[in-house]
Amino acid sequence: MKHLRFGYITGPLLGLIWTFIIAVTVSVAMSFATGQAFKPSLIWSIIFGIPTGLALVWGGTIWIASAVLGVVYLISLLAGVGPVLSGDVSLVSQVFAAAVLGLGIGWPLKVFVEELTLGALTRHEFEEAVIRTLKGFGYIFFTAIVVIPFYVMVMTSLKNQSQLMQNPLDFSIDLSQGWGLFRSYVELVRDFNFGSYMWTSFYISVLTVFITLLFAIPGAYAVARLRFRGQAAFSRSILLIYMVPMIVLALPIYIAFSMMGLRNSITGIVMIYPVTTIPVALYMLQGYFRGLPSEVEEAGLMDGLSRLQVIWKITLPLSLPALASVSLYVFMIAWNEFLLAFMLLDDPSKFTLTRGIASLNSSEIPRQHLMAGSVIATVPIMALFLGLEKFMTKGLTAGSVKG
Amino acid sequence: MSDIGPPRGTGPLARSEARLAWGLLTPTILAVSLVVLLPLLAIFWISVKPVSLSDLRAPEAVVREDLRGRPAEAGDEATLRYRLRNSSPTSQISGVTLEDTWPDGLTLAGDLDPRCEIAEGMLSCNLGDWEGGFRETLNIPVITEQAWFDTEGDVEAEPVKVDGKASFVLTNAEFTFKNFVSVFDGGEFWGVLGVTLFYTVFGTLGAMIMGLFASMLLNHSFKGQGILRGLYLFPYVAPVIAVAFAWILLFDPFSGSANALLIQMGVTNQAINFFGERPLALIMVTLFEIWRYFPLSFLFILARMQSIPTDMYEAADMDGASPFQQFWYLSLPQLLGILSVLFLLRFIWTFNKFDDIFLLTGGNAGTRVLTVNVYEQAFAVSNIGAGAAVAVVIFACLLLFSVFFFKFMSKEEGL
Repeated sequence: MKHLRFGYITGPLLGLIWTFIIAVTVSVAMSFATGQAFKPSLIWSIIFGIPTGLALVWGGTIWIASAVLGVVYLISLLAGVGPVLSGDVSLVSQVFAAAVLGLGIGWPLKVFVEELTLGALTRHEFEEAVIRTLKGFGYIFFTAIVVIPFYVMVMTSLKNQSQLMQNPLDFSIDLSQGWGLFRSYVELVRDFNFGSYMWTSFYISVLTVFITLLFAIPGAYAVARLRFRGQAAFSRSILLIYMVPMIVLALPIYIAFSMMGLRNSITGIVMIYPVTTIPVALYMLQGYFRGLPSEVEEAGLMDGLSRLQVIWKITLPLSLPALASVSLYVFMIAWNEFLLAFMLLDDPSKFTLTRGIASLNSSEIPRQHLMAGSVIATVPIMALFLGLEKFMTKGLTAGSVKG
Repeated sequence: MSDIGPPRGTGPLARSEARLAWGLLTPTILAVSLVVLLPLLAIFWISVKPVSLSDLRAPEAVVREDLRGRPAEAGDEATLRYRLRNSSPTSQISGVTLEDTWPDGLTLAGDLDPRCEIAEGMLSCNLGDWEGGFRETLNIPVITEQAWFDTEGDVEAEPVKVDGKASFVLTNAEFTFKNFVSVFDGGEFWGVLGVTLFYTVFGTLGAMIMGLFASMLLNHSFKGQGILRGLYLFPYVAPVIAVAFAWILLFDPFSGSANALLIQMGVTNQAINFFGERPLALIMVTLFEIWRYFPLSFLFILARMQSIPTDMYEAADMDGASPFQQFWYLSLPQLLGILSVLFLLRFIWTFNKFDDIFLLTGGNAGTRVLTVNVYEQAFAVSNIGAGAAVAVVIFACLLLFSVFFFKFMSKEEGL
């Protein structure tokens, strides 16, 4: 490590690493966006990156660096050399790629090496620059791995089979089709009954939330506030039940439901879902109830309220935020639930969304339908989540959450 | 003098409080024991039963009745036919009897089956014991009378009653250890266990390391932090079936974008079957697990990080600690508690995970974990008993983990 701590070594090293990272990013992004041939080159990254890093340690500002690099990369792209090599690609996308390369390499790299000098560096300066580079890489990496699958999901749902086979990378959208873009969605709702699946999923989830709260609120209150023998053992067994794998329970439930004729019925599903969520909800709520000041409740008791009235008039209004997160979380579990719906429902008129998507997974049904179904299932939960993100994050952390 | 001191034992107030507590808990306890404890007991019971998917219905004697020969006018000959069948291919039904109202307007012509007799307008037969898969047709020659056509007779108007004693495999006293023998036999089990451990250990560790990295990125406030945090939670919040299919599509060997990209960049020459080749498929499902659950670790670690007091870092800065030293000697020890709790919890839940692998590969190409094995045994091989035996094995592992977990958790979290 010691040998690296010189500005004339660290700078070029970070320069070549960052140049390569951005080259890969730009190639992948441009390929996905246009379907045209872009590829990164490690050797050219080294050739271009080392002088870039050295120059930025020596001087320059963000804007000069970005502009100079942009021009250099445009020339190199047109000449067919450089960290990003393109095949037969339109001029517009080459100019765009060069601009992104210039800005993407020049700006962050200048920030990374800002405090470096050409000579010997302190350990602090060196590590600071390395950490900044790592963080820059982290932002790109995490954003890419999260965005790409969802991007593919949405874009695939807007294409048709022959386009997909022709060039799997081409996700550009032909806007001239207008509403024709959404034909997979129209067909799903019209021919595959997805409208009713969505409604089924929705009301099953809402019912699950209500039933869960109905059971979990009194239970959580008792565990959190009241003293009774076996309290500790009880809160432990909640956690233990949390850990029983669903597949172990699904088998006997399948058998019992087959024998009782509850299989293939919404009633059966509504009976099962809340029980899988009650332990989670109970655990989350009791944590919250413990944090509430008990003095308020004691004051209520002194003023002549009964315990149940205290719960109804004092505890519940105070814990509305917690109830919101628990409800959201339970809704998410019920909406996303797949295993039980898959095992217990066979009748297409009673499918939930997840079960409906599973039924689309056959070779006869085109891919874009499968992805359109996935988008239909994902969008509502995402919208709900983004709208109420604060509650959700809080709920997720509070519950130490089942996955 | 009687002894003076605080009251001992439980007073009336404490008793009524305990009563209320149990009252509030009873619905939950009932519901949970009905759906969790009962099935758990059932799993143990089934695991020592020789039961397959087709045995799930209790064997029944099934009968269909019809009149053959199309009689057109009085005096025509016809055959009253009873088609009999044991609904179960394997189980015996003993002492089967058949009873039916003798239809008006038909008279017996010829011999009646020796097991049957007609008395007071009732046909009754004693059909003895039926082996599994038993089938028989009972033919009774009859002659139609005018009354048959006057009343527009229909032999099916009166339902036939059949009765028999069937022993139902789930409730009888037949036990077997074959299920466990077949689970542990053939060396397949150890392969499955190995795959499970690989998946669990690397999935858990990977998700935690990624979560740690992601939380360090977001541990300082900047513009767009909220958006990024929301974005990084997407894999966890989206329905598993949607993201699993998106991955399958992305990595499809024929029309997947990932392969097209790799070929274009010259990384490989030919398409890679990511979810179909032996070591690669397991790595891919583990990567999926990491991808899907890093948000969870990230949330927890971030919450803990933000509660670390900043003055510690300021002091370290003054003392000349470098950023890596600060991370290694300050952050990491502070995070150790949450990391270990997280590891244990995630370990157990990853061990229990079913949907992900089931959807991605269906347990093929060397990715069959224990939970998928339960499903495979019970529904693909139709051997419910063997599936239950695997489930019992899973449950035993789980008990082992949870003993460990509680020993550790009670130290960490004061539970």
